[in-house]
Amino acid sequence: MTENTTGGDVRLTGISKTYGSFTAVHPLDLTVPQGSFFALLGASGCGKTTTLRMIAGLEDPSAGSVFLGDRDVTDLPPYKRPVNTVFQSYALFPHMDISENIAFGLRRRGIKSVKKQVDEMLELVQLGDKAKHKPHQLSGGQQQRVAVARALINHPQVLLLDEPLGALDLKLRRQMQLELKRIQTEVGITFVHVTHDQEEAMTMADQVAVMNGGRVEQLGAPADLYENPRTTFVANFLGTSNLIEAEVVETGSDVVVTAGGGKLEVPGDRCTDAVRRGGKLLVGVRPEKISLAHADDAGSIADGRNRVTGRIVDSSFIGVSTQYVVNSPAGAELQVYEQNIERDARLVPGAEVVLHWNPAHTFGLDADQSLLAGTVGAAGVETVEDAS
Amino acid sequence: MSTTLTKEAPGPVEEPVLRKPPARKRLVPYWLLLPGILWLVVFFALPLVYQASTSVQTGSLEEGFQVTWHFRTYVDAFAEYWPQLLRSLLYAGTATVLCLLLGYPLAYLIAFKAGRWRNLLLVLVIAPFFTSFLIRTLAWKTILADDSLVVDALGALHVLDVTSWLGFTEGERVLATPMAVVCGLTYNFLPFMILPLYTSLERIDGRLHEAAQDLYASPATTFRKVTFPLSMPGVVSGTLLTFIPASGDYVNAELLGSTDTKMIGNVIQSQFLRVLDYPTAAALSFILMAIVLFMVTVYIRKAGTEDLV
Repeated sequence: MTENTTGGDVRLTGISKTYGSFTAVHPLDLTVPQGSFFALLGASGCGKTTTLRMIAGLEDPSAGSVFLGDRDVTDLPPYKRPVNTVFQSYALFPHMDISENIAFGLRRRGIKSVKKQVDEMLELVQLGDKAKHKPHQLSGGQQQRVAVARALINHPQVLLLDEPLGALDLKLRRQMQLELKRIQTEVGITFVHVTHDQEEAMTMADQVAVMNGGRVEQLGAPADLYENPRTTFVANFLGTSNLIEAEVVETGSDVVVTAGGGKLEVPGDRCTDAVRRGGKLLVGVRPEKISLAHADDAGSIADGRNRVTGRIVDSSFIGVSTQYVVNSPAGAELQVYEQNIERDARLVPGAEVVLHWNPAHTFGLDADQSLLAGTVGAAGVETVEDAS
Repeated sequence: MSTTLTKEAPGPVEEPVLRKPPARKRLVPYWLLLPGILWLVVFFALPLVYQASTSVQTGSLEEGFQVTWHFRTYVDAFAEYWPQLLRSLLYAGTATVLCLLLGYPLAYLIAFKAGRWRNLLLVLVIAPFFTSFLIRTLAWKTILADDSLVVDALGALHVLDVTSWLGFTEGERVLATPMAVVCGLTYNFLPFMILPLYTSLERIDGRLHEAAQDLYASPATTFRKVTFPLSMPGVVSGTLLTFIPASGDYVNAELLGSTDTKMIGNVIQSQFLRVLDYPTAAALSFILMAIVLFMVTVYIRKAGTEDLV
């Protein structure tokens, strides 16, 4: 890590990629700060992998430039860029043993004594006893760690990870997420991680860029993206959101809207666009922010909370929580996640309920977008319930 | 496997009794093997034994041949025909190397660069098989004839001066020279080189090339360290499929060569059909077989592809 004199920032300026008439990546400006764990998140075909491949040099951008630190590397072939990739399928060389695979990059740069570094790397990924094995003798998780070691040993300015955990089963994936995060903290190299798994992006990354249709929809820290989505796509793709179409009746520091006959408050600074009286607004709230009270107990709800009345149409017990689906005049199939602390036996499908939450947890989105953007590929459970 | 497991499980742990598949099911593989085995016995093993016995017989066509264990035939045959044997190996070896040099780039192109033309190109590779081997070789006779376009062009380019100086051609002639025979062999066996090469190149995951380039390997180094080693199974089977039949070939030397370019195949053919000296012909066949077997074994060992082929 001595060669990072010019800094490991990755800067993309106006970079785009078109294949014939199809635009995979629209002109894009992006800066990945040195030493950060950066995730490119999106559904398949959103241009995230193409963006990664342009940083690696495996794909030529149709326009724009790629900078590593202050150096323009746009026209450098992949083998001259101080960047290494962990491929989705690992792409380990089947005719070489594990230590030869790991030493490949060092040898290509004319480094003769590789043994010590290879051993250190094997230690880092906890595969010391597998040095003489061939890749096909290793399990998926082990191959994945070899792929990481093979890239990291070169001390790249940036490590690119192309869905590296996609082929692993759930449990192993969680384990590898932690391990990758540990390695990143240990070596301090900039990681750019491509994934379609929003949970993976949120647990691992410092910064997440949500991509959709070849564009970055929103960029920020995971918590910020989750709490303050600026588009319906982000609201739906990252976790689940209840989105209610509403009409603005009052503007100011608190925006008041009506939906389905009831009034709701939205903090003015949590609305994406300039709100005007009489205009439309999409009001959003996360399912876990909502509390559920039986209609008979409506009187005991504290003043100043947003309320929506409705009827439970479905409930499923998940263990930690119970997930309810509520139909209301304000919106159909609202999701509510209740912690299983004190369960109210009256909250069963068919029951009349009041949904209430702190107005501070409400966000407002531009009403000119599809309510359903980003729902495909979001956390699976709700989608399944929706269908039934 | 399953039967031995059930019998040899006297351990204290009670193992689940593995059910033996019914006898009919266990015999299926052998029934499937039967036609092939019969074919090999009748058309390969028996003729081989017959030929082995012929090689140690003495006699003449008029008096009949007797097995006399006359191993001397081998020594005599080798002593008399070693130049033709050596020439066969030399010509076949040269043709194999030429096939590899011509075939590898073509197979590489078809496997990685041809895109939608891939299938058409593959058909073109095997297209020559739609005509008979003899006709194709006769066609080369026309191509390489004196004062033909090709020969005149080679002469004008002074290529023939160089090849004549090296002893491959004679003056302004190409036909009836070693070069003509080697050209014929190369041409006729080229598809046998290209197809296995193509199959093993085509199997290589393109992402391995990307991975190599990502790890600081230039395109040339990527080829040397990744593509070529991974195509070794194709190189080995291609060279074997070319070298083995080429070393026993006699058609090319017969049609394109002269008396000075006789290969061992021509000798065996004439011993069998013209001189009617069956023992010598059989002995020569065995000598050739032994030499080729020996060379192939050494080659496969050297190529170190035991876990790739």
